[in-house]
Amino acid sequence: MLEAIGVDSVNEIFDRQIPRSVRLDRPLELPPGLPEQAVYEHLRALAERNTSAEQELCFLGAGMYDHYVPAIVDMLCERSEFLTPYTPYQPEVSQGTLQVMFEYQTAICELTALPVSNASVYEGPSAVAAAGYMAKLHNGRRRLVASAGLHPHSLETLRTHAHGYRMEVVEVPMRDGVTDAEAWAEAIDADASAAIFAQPNFYGAVEDATALSAAAKAGGDPLVVAQVDPIALGVLEPPGECGVDVAVGEGQPLGNRLDFGGPSFGFFAAREEYLRRIPGRIAGETVDVDGRRGFVLTLQTREQHIRRERATSNICTAQALNALAAAVYLSWLGGRGIVELGELLLARTHYARQVLGALDGVEPAHEQPVIREFALHLDADVASVKRRCAQQGVNPGVDVHALSGRAEDEGVLLVAITERRSREDIDRLASVLAAAVAAEREAVHA
Amino acid sequence: MSAGAPPVPASADGAAPLQRERATTIFERGAPGRRAFVCPALDVPHVEAEELLPARFRRRRPARLPEVTEPELVRHYVGLSKRNFDLDSGFYPLGSCTMKHNPRLHERAAALPGHARLHPLQDPERAQGALELMWRLQGALAEISGLPHVCLQPSAGSAGELAGVLLTRAYHEDRGEQRHKVLTPDTAHGTNPATVTMAGLEVVKLATDGDGGVDVDDLRAKADTDVACLMLTNPNTLGLFDQNIEEIAQIVHGVGATLYYDGANLNAVMGLSRPGDMGFDIVHFNLHKSFTQPHGGGGPGSGPIATSERIAPFLPRPLVVRRDDGSFALEHERPSSIGRLRGFHGNYGCFVRAYAYICSLGADGLKDASEAAVLNANYLLARLRRKGVAEYLPLAYGELCMHEFVLSGAPMKRALQIKTLDLAKRLLDHGFHPPTVYFPLLVEEALMVEPTETETRETLDAFADAIAAILAEAGEDPGVAAGAPYTTPARRLDEVAAAKHPVIRQAL
Repeated sequence: MLEAIGVDSVNEIFDRQIPRSVRLDRPLELPPGLPEQAVYEHLRALAERNTSAEQELCFLGAGMYDHYVPAIVDMLCERSEFLTPYTPYQPEVSQGTLQVMFEYQTAICELTALPVSNASVYEGPSAVAAAGYMAKLHNGRRRLVASAGLHPHSLETLRTHAHGYRMEVVEVPMRDGVTDAEAWAEAIDADASAAIFAQPNFYGAVEDATALSAAAKAGGDPLVVAQVDPIALGVLEPPGECGVDVAVGEGQPLGNRLDFGGPSFGFFAAREEYLRRIPGRIAGETVDVDGRRGFVLTLQTREQHIRRERATSNICTAQALNALAAAVYLSWLGGRGIVELGELLLARTHYARQVLGALDGVEPAHEQPVIREFALHLDADVASVKRRCAQQGVNPGVDVHALSGRAEDEGVLLVAITERRSREDIDRLASVLAAAVAAEREAVHA
Repeated sequence: MSAGAPPVPASADGAAPLQRERATTIFERGAPGRRAFVCPALDVPHVEAEELLPARFRRRRPARLPEVTEPELVRHYVGLSKRNFDLDSGFYPLGSCTMKHNPRLHERAAALPGHARLHPLQDPERAQGALELMWRLQGALAEISGLPHVCLQPSAGSAGELAGVLLTRAYHEDRGEQRHKVLTPDTAHGTNPATVTMAGLEVVKLATDGDGGVDVDDLRAKADTDVACLMLTNPNTLGLFDQNIEEIAQIVHGVGATLYYDGANLNAVMGLSRPGDMGFDIVHFNLHKSFTQPHGGGGPGSGPIATSERIAPFLPRPLVVRRDDGSFALEHERPSSIGRLRGFHGNYGCFVRAYAYICSLGADGLKDASEAAVLNANYLLARLRRKGVAEYLPLAYGELCMHEFVLSGAPMKRALQIKTLDLAKRLLDHGFHPPTVYFPLLVEEALMVEPTETETRETLDAFADAIAAILAEAGEDPGVAAGAPYTTPARRLDEVAAAKHPVIRQAL
């Protein structure tokens, strides 16, 4: 090979191209390479130092949930043909990926009752930030109005990005567990580019989405953006029927594993008029030269590789494989299955909220309807209670104050229910939580 | 993958087997009532629907999701998978994408429940293995880049770029300076200028000199105290190492600006040359390129960033730190941080794979990988500089290359009447994925080839032979390439019609 190139050594190729002064003249300070089985053992040892939802009774949620991922999702996502290609730049040999994107888009449009969906963005919070940027491109206004009921990570991500694209973020406070309607209406004026809320909100409560949308339209008529939980949409009125213009959200609940927070995907759906402004890849139907149906990446003039500094987003690689998992998962659930799953979550969540809310030293943090997650107020230090529960193999939920940093969230525990948490599991949580709260109160009084 | 006679459709109607089957979506399959999912039984007391969720909040019309059995579902998606070309099936020399082999060990390790079913809000003391893995990966990336501070959070390359430009802004604003301009070479990836706009700054383009590097005179003319940053890829998208990098760094730092390294091409220099030593202040990595995370048909990726000391205070939060007692923690208290870029801690599943890769290769292996990548690229380039090819597809710039090279199809278009696009489509009939085409923009009819280190000499030879065969065929009849491909699951698709009347979901 060297002879064909016309050099004496591999080193000569580098010597002729990289100035000596910027060559690294020592080996990298990294451990030597290991055989496959040694690497596996090392990674297994690291995995064993984590307590996963496999090893304890887990009621953690707040954006990511321990749903059951069917075996066919793993099987299909591990197929070389889906796992190892690049972005489908050559549609003639990428019909599989492109059609999956088209099917995914269809499923997201159906779930959200909105006519337009892209093929995925990174994850939930950055999807919220991307919606803010689209609002800026659409109406050129300077302010984003955001409900405090958004996930704290969504709010912070929005602020980081909005500082970048030079917009101001105004937070609307909560009242009785939902967005304060008066403050919401007051914050939205002709300078408001987008009005953003979460459905259900971070505290698990169902917002009156129709009223929030209507108030926004009556105010300054900004884009109404909802961050929605896709699993809830089996039973919950979809954003497209509540006056929402853009629905975004975290896709992990749809057939994606927890993975300590990623990779998952974000979905992004909108009304027709935003089609040419939305970020990311979009698959579209067309025909080939023989007139046969096929699919391509379309409306690429929005994108960075064509439009460069005038692109509607900088996104390139997104989350195609995770969106495949969602497409398979939604087909596996089916139209009736997602309703049945939603009803099961409603019933078990209702039960759990009643049982837990009746414990000594525990009460619901709000009385709003909930779908699959609810906030409790503990009359004890949440971190200490969680430590006591952990000793019993139960993770009772998320310490909300630790996540949000808000003073009003002191003592709040957020409990999530999935189809993997049975009544028996909920009863066990109740007894462990009751004992932990009692012990903690006693310890403090002593 | 033969380079001899061009593959032609075998069937009587002229269609390859996968073409004959009409593309049918999952929404067009199945029948009402069919299903795969069995819902767990209701095990809690019955409560009236209105009490669970008032009617005014309830969905009235169910989502029309597919109604199929599991066997139908499996056949549908397995069938679709067969309509893809993938890296496990053949050579995929897509320039700037680093399509190297994806070891399956990484998938196995990432799927261990301790990684895969770990909730991101698990208490840090009970996620020590994950935090240690992240901390070790941060350390390895710092060593590889020559920049001491690493944040793993950005979701992919473009998110890493956005972090980098926001960091630059924060750095200047902290010094009381408002700088508005970001310099990007005309060879830059499209994500660079798009990112600059999203970060609230303005793009100023830099010219490329005759050697394919940054035009230093143009840089001098444009470098002033309104410049926040120069974003550079090195080796650049022409596959050339910018030999003036030290002078460039000096000019950029001389006006108080920062130097940003787009890590898309890091696969050329691992263990051989480090961005930090070249004078860069901020680097992003593409774990899905240099560190062999599978691309998944367009993600997931992961785009960690590394910075020098002066930029570090502004890094996104949280960072993974090791405390004095040897335990690992998430550090949220970072008062100068630009804030969060996304939810949770980044694409952890990608970190597991990248870390496994670094453990497998080690210091020497990473260097070997880059050396082999550059050797393979130069060998393939040499094969394509033989008579019968070089006169039609000359190297756009330089003599040697780093891990990739860019040919110009302009002489081919003039002499043989086939465009780079036609050559690319005809390569599909030979069983190869084509190189990146029409990028970088400054090369006419560009063909950007990145073979990577995991290909054998036999594959490189076969690819070179296929190119030669297509050019020879075009000499006889350019219509063959212009009509290609013939044997793929779909033939050339009408992208104009797709964009003109967008159909982006199944009509139900």
